[in-house]
Amino acid sequence: MISEYVKEGKTLILRITEEVDQHTADKLRRKLDNEIEVYSPQKVILDCSGITFMDSSGIGMVLGRYKLVKMLGGNFEIINVNKRMKKIFDMSGVSRIITIIDEEEEENEGVM
Amino acid sequence: MKGLCDNEMKLEFSSKTSNEAFARVAVAAFVAQLDPTIDELSDIKTAVSEAVTNSIIHGYGDEEGTVKIEVKIYINTIEIEISDSGKGIEDVEIAMRPLYTSKPDLERSGMGFTIMESFMDEIKVESALGFGTKVKMKKKIEPKQQEDELTNTEDGEASWKRI
Ligand SMILES: Nc1ncnc2c1ncn2[C@@H]1O[C@H](COP(=O)(O)OP(=O)(O)O)[C@@H](O)[C@H]1O
Ligand SMILES: [Mg+2]
Repeated sequence: MISEYVKEGKTLILRITEEVDQHTADKLRRKLDNEIEVYSPQKVILDCSGITFMDSSGIGMVLGRYKLVKMLGGNFEIINVNKRMKKIFDMSGVSRIITIIDEEEEENEGVM
Repeated sequence: MKGLCDNEMKLEFSSKTSNEAFARVAVAAFVAQLDPTIDELSDIKTAVSEAVTNSIIHGYGDEEGTVKIEVKIYINTIEIEISDSGKGIEDVEIAMRPLYTSKPDLERSGMGFTIMESFMDEIKVESALGFGTKVKMKKKIEPKQQEDELTNTEDGEASWKRI
């Protein structure tokens, strides 16, 4: 995991760089929660571009962080979600709760 | 010859979550001989990860046990069996419902079986309380188009043609 805090805008960018399964999710959530609690940011962006594998453990991991950020009064956003991850987030209803910007949308934005 | 598979492998490992990555990568490496697409391979890795995780965290929980994987190849179809001798499932039908989880405290979402169902062609779950659980999944790997195709020549004999 790579964490970057942008002071103006009070935005915390968290980039996950490991495969997400039950094993890694346990450690990841501790690291992510720690960063969120340390900075108490206004906005948290979860960057998924470094995730090479994700199973359903990713659903709980994302929802859990979303809840924590909301509780602290911040906004939460997920970016760089690939097709497979999008499918898992759609199936589980995560997409209805959390703002997800997938890779294709990003590309289109760049063109405009 | 019917009923015999073309190739098979068996794997046994301790019920530790640190083995999840090993399990899905090992199955993917074995399945690679069918020349699957990256998408097909990711589907299989995800489904294996789900079933193996279930055996470890639900089947055995805090107890130590062994997870078994058997993979068989029948022409273009792979059959994966993942089993444990853990505590078993009381009602498989309820367990398989989307969003049903007995461990919300572990941030589980209850989407494991739904993902297995959607990423594989077929899934069958057998379970007995106190004895364990077996998940059987099948997936057809689509033959690639640029491969040799069996066609009939004019004299009626089958021959291989490169297309
Ligand atoms: N191998 C297993 N042994 C015992 N119980 C299991 C097993 N696999 C699944 N279950 C039960 O089925 C439920 C649903 O599984 P699943 O869809 O993977 O969701 P999750 O793992 O997120 O709970 C689990 O919460 C558990 O109660
Ligand atoms: Mg599961």
